[in-house]
Amino acid sequence: MPTPGPASVTLLDETDVKRIFERMAKEIVERAGGVKSLVLLGIHRRGVEISNRIRTLIEREAGREVAAGAIDITFYRDDLARIGPRPVVGESELPMEGIDDRTVVIVDDVFFTGRTARAAINELMDWGRPARILFCVLVDRDGRELPIRPDVVGRRLSVLPSQKVDVQVPEIDGELAVCVSHAAGGAS
Amino acid sequence: MTPILSSLGKDLVGLEDLSAAQIRTILDTAEPFKEISERRIKKVPVLRGKTIVNLFLEPSTRTRVSFEFAEKRLSADTVNLMAEGSSVVKGETLVDTARNLEAMRIDMVVIRHGASGAARFLAERIPSNVVNAGDGAHEHPTQGLLDILTIRDHLGGVGGRRVCIVGDILHSRVARSNIFGLLKLGAEVAVCGPLTLLPLGIDALGVRVFRRIEEAIEWADVLNVLRLQLERMTAGFVPSLREYNRFYGISSRRLARAGKELLILHPGPMNRGVEIDSDVADSPYSVILEQVTNGVAVRMAVLYLLAGGAPEAAEAAKRRGVG
Repeated sequence: MPTPGPASVTLLDETDVKRIFERMAKEIVERAGGVKSLVLLGIHRRGVEISNRIRTLIEREAGREVAAGAIDITFYRDDLARIGPRPVVGESELPMEGIDDRTVVIVDDVFFTGRTARAAINELMDWGRPARILFCVLVDRDGRELPIRPDVVGRRLSVLPSQKVDVQVPEIDGELAVCVSHAAGGAS
Repeated sequence: MTPILSSLGKDLVGLEDLSAAQIRTILDTAEPFKEISERRIKKVPVLRGKTIVNLFLEPSTRTRVSFEFAEKRLSADTVNLMAEGSSVVKGETLVDTARNLEAMRIDMVVIRHGASGAARFLAERIPSNVVNAGDGAHEHPTQGLLDILTIRDHLGGVGGRRVCIVGDILHSRVARSNIFGLLKLGAEVAVCGPLTLLPLGIDALGVRVFRRIEEAIEWADVLNVLRLQLERMTAGFVPSLREYNRFYGISSRRLARAGKELLILHPGPMNRGVEIDSDVADSPYSVILEQVTNGVAVRMAVLYLLAGGAPEAAEAAKRRGVG
């Protein structure tokens, strides 16, 4: 669990992040063409907290509820053979209305190699057939290893491979912020 | 990144060898696997490309089918080898059978065998992961685990709860696995059955012994009712099935006298009217069908934790020069 230590720098504080969420919420609604067939799916764990916040903002603006759920991508990772069975951090929950023919927006904290996005898309396709999938992240740190790009981005960051970007959320880390630190032994 | 799960090692031979933490890990891991069986596409790619052999040298349909569902839902390739019509009938030894399979580069063996100790025997001789699906009268660990998971789901926990296993304890590997697993998680465990079907010295395992079912019912929160095999009657262990039912059968009348709600488990298949009456089996307190559902999830969890890519197993196999 990342805690800001002497080697960690806060790039975006709570005010910055909240402002970015406001803009992301609007962008999502615009890209999805409305709220009616929208589904927000957060990726466990921090993606879920971010998704909840964005959902609240969208619902406030639209005056109606937005379908939402959560994904745990552990079983769809492409590196299980290397790192061994990982603990499942949360359970995947489909929204009650399902995802068929809807615009699904997958929400995560940091976009890096793109492998998490790939896993999430594969899992989603096993659930059903969405009309569209959009990928939305708070931070894009551009280290893509697959031909996948996020559609809605909070902030683009250019950092060294040896640096680690962490999004902190109150429910898990005690505050809302984006921090950069030096990774011990390479990027995550 | 290092895996932070309690590693199970290469094999699952019995609950006697596991720590409480390892058992909890399996039960916790089974939860998300339950959800997968509710999906439209009941599959995750975790064991894609892995080959699992179900080596069932003792007849079984339920356990084998349950394992097969678990394996296929993890996207593994499965091969079933049953006793009849196999090389074992022609006199091939267990080790030779396994080595021949190894030569075809398999990843895991799920073994059911009539001899106690067969699972460990195999596990020590082949580099594949070995899962014990029941060996003689020794252990049936996945059954124990799914029983414990079912109890945990309903009672919120296992520690401090009173579980009584009823029936033919002498011949029961299910009873042994239940006893080991439940005691490790802090439950109070008792057994109840006719003296002819209670092993001498069973109390040395740390369980209470009830001679009368009425006492057991009064004491327990949970009853795990074992199947009385019809052969026990012909071999002289019980005078008749009717008499067994009269003295040890779980009836709604007996349960009503206890004045509390007991959870009723049964590993299946049931002999209705022998060890358990129909109205009890079909009552809301019977969780027998849930056990079946949990069984697939627990087996998925065990297979995932053993072969979901544990690097140590791969390394150890490499050192032995296989694969």
